[in-house]
Amino acid sequence: MGNKQTIFTQEQLDAYQDCTFFTRKEILRLFHRYRDLAPQLVPLDYSAKPAVTLPYQLIGSMPELKDNPFRQRIAEVFSEHGDGNMTLDDFLDMFSVLSEMAPRDLKAYYAFKIYDFNNDDYICKSDLEKTVNKLTRNELTPEEVSLVCEKVIYEADVDNDGKLSLADFQHMIVRAPDFL
Amino acid sequence: DGSDDNEEGSAAENEETAKGTDKGKKRATPRTRRAPARGRDRHGDEEDEDDEDGKRRTGHRRHRSRRRGRAAGNEASDSDMEPAKARKNQANQKSKEDDEEEEDEKGGKSGKGKSEKKGDKKSDKKGKKEKANKKKKDKKKSGSGSDSESEEEPITEEELAKLKEEVEEKKKLIATLRNKPWKMKKKLSVLKEAQLFVEKFEGALGKGKGKKFYAYKVMMTKKWMKFQRDFENFKTACIPWEMKIKEIESHFGSSVASYFIFLRWMYGINMILFGLTFGLVMVPEALMGKPYGSLPRKTVPRAEEATAMNFATLWDFSGFAQYSVLFYGYYNNQRTIGWLKFRMPLSYFLVGVGSIGYSFMIVTRTMAKNANDDGGGDDTSFNFSWKMFTSWDYLIGNPETADNKFASITTSFKEAIVEEQESRKEENIHLTRFLRVLANFLALCTLAGSGYLIFFVVRRSQQFALEGLENYGWWERNEVNTVMSLLGMFCPTLFDVISSLENYHPRIALRWQLGRIFALFLGNLYTFIIALMDEINLKARYFLPFTLEEEKIVKYNMTIWEASLYNGTIPENSTAPPIQVDPADVPRGPCWETMVGQEFVRLTVSDMMTTYITILIGDFLRAVFVRFFNYCWCWDLEYGFPSYSEFDISGNVLGLIFNQGMIWMGSFYAPCLPAINVFRLHTSMYLQCWAVMCCNVPQERVFKASRSNNFYMAMLLFILFLSTLPAVYTIVSIPPSFDCGPFSGKTRMFEVISETLEHDFPSWFGKVFGYASNPGLILPFILLMVLSIYYLNATSKSYKEANLELKKKLQ
Repeated sequence: MGNKQTIFTQEQLDAYQDCTFFTRKEILRLFHRYRDLAPQLVPLDYSAKPAVTLPYQLIGSMPELKDNPFRQRIAEVFSEHGDGNMTLDDFLDMFSVLSEMAPRDLKAYYAFKIYDFNNDDYICKSDLEKTVNKLTRNELTPEEVSLVCEKVIYEADVDNDGKLSLADFQHMIVRAPDFL
Repeated sequence: DGSDDNEEGSAAENEETAKGTDKGKKRATPRTRRAPARGRDRHGDEEDEDDEDGKRRTGHRRHRSRRRGRAAGNEASDSDMEPAKARKNQANQKSKEDDEEEEDEKGGKSGKGKSEKKGDKKSDKKGKKEKANKKKKDKKKSGSGSDSESEEEPITEEELAKLKEEVEEKKKLIATLRNKPWKMKKKLSVLKEAQLFVEKFEGALGKGKGKKFYAYKVMMTKKWMKFQRDFENFKTACIPWEMKIKEIESHFGSSVASYFIFLRWMYGINMILFGLTFGLVMVPEALMGKPYGSLPRKTVPRAEEATAMNFATLWDFSGFAQYSVLFYGYYNNQRTIGWLKFRMPLSYFLVGVGSIGYSFMIVTRTMAKNANDDGGGDDTSFNFSWKMFTSWDYLIGNPETADNKFASITTSFKEAIVEEQESRKEENIHLTRFLRVLANFLALCTLAGSGYLIFFVVRRSQQFALEGLENYGWWERNEVNTVMSLLGMFCPTLFDVISSLENYHPRIALRWQLGRIFALFLGNLYTFIIALMDEINLKARYFLPFTLEEEKIVKYNMTIWEASLYNGTIPENSTAPPIQVDPADVPRGPCWETMVGQEFVRLTVSDMMTTYITILIGDFLRAVFVRFFNYCWCWDLEYGFPSYSEFDISGNVLGLIFNQGMIWMGSFYAPCLPAINVFRLHTSMYLQCWAVMCCNVPQERVFKASRSNNFYMAMLLFILFLSTLPAVYTIVSIPPSFDCGPFSGKTRMFEVISETLEHDFPSWFGKVFGYASNPGLILPFILLMVLSIYYLNATSKSYKEANLELKKKLQ
């Protein structure tokens, strides 16, 4: 009892609970949030696993993501084809990784992907510049931006190839007290 | 439990993909047919074991499968699946058989359609298991078709062990599946596989008992984490003004914010002091002491009565304000008051001493805590990287907060850049040194000049006082105060200009600035105290030598006056009737404590007024002027001369510290001081927060405040020490006024302690105390404390060094 919902089959819910950090209630709530973005596109019955994808514009307009300077990257990283359009699975996945219950190394892995703007598995200087500009909304002068990027590479690049690999990034981020 | 059966059935199925055959056909049965039945069965189980927070599914399932296993013996139904515990091989075989039977019966699996895929993938992944699976499949094959248990080859120990291992692996995989950085689809399929595998084989291995407990533990951990988070949120919400300060921090940087954090901390201390004085001194006297008008010391004298209620008098804290619980003079020296036998004088004394003690304790404790934070290590090895990757708060969902966050990140980057540039700067040493020496010389000159000016003015005011204040106008009367305030306003700006010669890192420049202004204010304060002492001496010159004389005179006068009253009336009885004399008419003795208290209160109030007016005029009007007159002015006001003011950190911090020094000094004589200060700090917080956001611009070189604020604390401690000296001196050496206050009639104020010891404690207590205060005991004690301080200092130094060594080794 208590299973009054007809959106998912029980197995689906159980499976989601095993694959994400969410409880049953939270998964249902997330589904409703997803649906609220486009009620006409998202059916109420997911037991047949419809293949519904919401375009990036809708995802990016969510209040939780609206003010985030990295929302485009986040959507791209978690979407199926890297274009920012997300299915419900991707949606759940994204929030599961971003939730507080996800462990740091998992977050670090995804953070690396988010900050890697050109998807080449390395964070190079241009990626860093883009990050800084997004963070400060272009308020720093180019010299300052350049100084910051140089410092970052100097601090974190362990293998001295002029860019940050996943290992460099993880080595650096795992010690950060503020990484949440 | 058809669902589980189906599950296991499908697992069996998947394991036997090699077999294919009719199972495969059954696999094709549409899922949907199954769904409702399964759902219902699930419900049945769920209510027993599930809780809304979602136990681990696997545990759940395992449990159910186990239960079913137990029931297997009883039920003969086909839907029975029976991984019984101890029946290893046979049970295994049997279950597989039954799976197959199940399959036959129900026509194949559904719901967990993915399990098929999973089964495939699984066998792809784990080669080892593949072999084991194959072996089992073979065994199954051999066993299939027979309805009854037939003789099966027992699985060998080795295989069993391997199987166990695999099952454990699978379980771990399931438990950590959410931690894997895979796409959801992949996770879901892997999950199905692993689950089926474990379900199938676990019963045979007889494990799974602890699963329920494990799931319960996990749920509790989750709940605990959630509770902790909520509690943290609640705690943060309780901190007053947190949002305001965060806003200021994001726009102006951490150094400006550190002033406000300091202000908030002071507010906390003052609240506690206020609580002490209000609750233990003012309230008991108001509730249980004799009411206004019953005693001479509690009544406004007849002469002043006419003006007692005027606003001007009240603003000056005389009149009714003077003769109330707000000041020392009101309190009666009765040993106990009221039906509670509340010992008023003792309480007054202890509250006075206690507030000072508390202040010392808390300042030292905060310093120690800050020292810990500092010494813990300034890990700057990844400074910029962390700023870049971890500064954005992904939880922000509000555009205003986002704006603040952007501003704060920008400021923080700028701060870090300044630090970086400072460390890269090269200096021309000689020129800098010369300039610095010159700057210090100029600063000293300014200080000397201001000291002399104050001295000169005080002398003049003493002259005026001697000649009678009525002859002079407002300026002469308030000369000392105004000169001090003006000096306090203009000298810091002068120091600021001088410091531009020195070219220090902004944080160090701030410290120099603070130090110089500190010296300035100290000089002012010192001269002020001298002035006060002089005033007291002036009056004392007239009555201290005569104190005993005057006392006698006044008492004599009083007796004569009383006698006259008696003579005037005809005594009705032999016992002298209580003379109904209005206390307002009784002649009063002098009361210097109240006078001192009044001076302090007036000073605090005028200080408060000065600050507010300075903010309004200096910052607000200036900003308004610059903003609106910029259109019709020759040069650009915003960039040119007046422009908007920057927030003056040093001036404000020192103002705060000296204000607190006043409070500490004066609260013994005027219990209302902490209350006034609480009010002042409260309004000051709001006014300054508004003024900063509205009229100030961030400094050009935004720098990071030193994490600890220990510099402010050190100054505060010094001031605390200085301000307790006068109070302690008066307690110990000066006799209290004979006609007012809780200690009247005693030769020294601290005698109240000995009195209490005599009356209220058993006699042996007094003896013990007497022995303890023997100098022969006190001196060795002091020596011991000095030695322990030295020892602790040495140990802490060695720890720090060891710390540094270890850090180096780590790098």
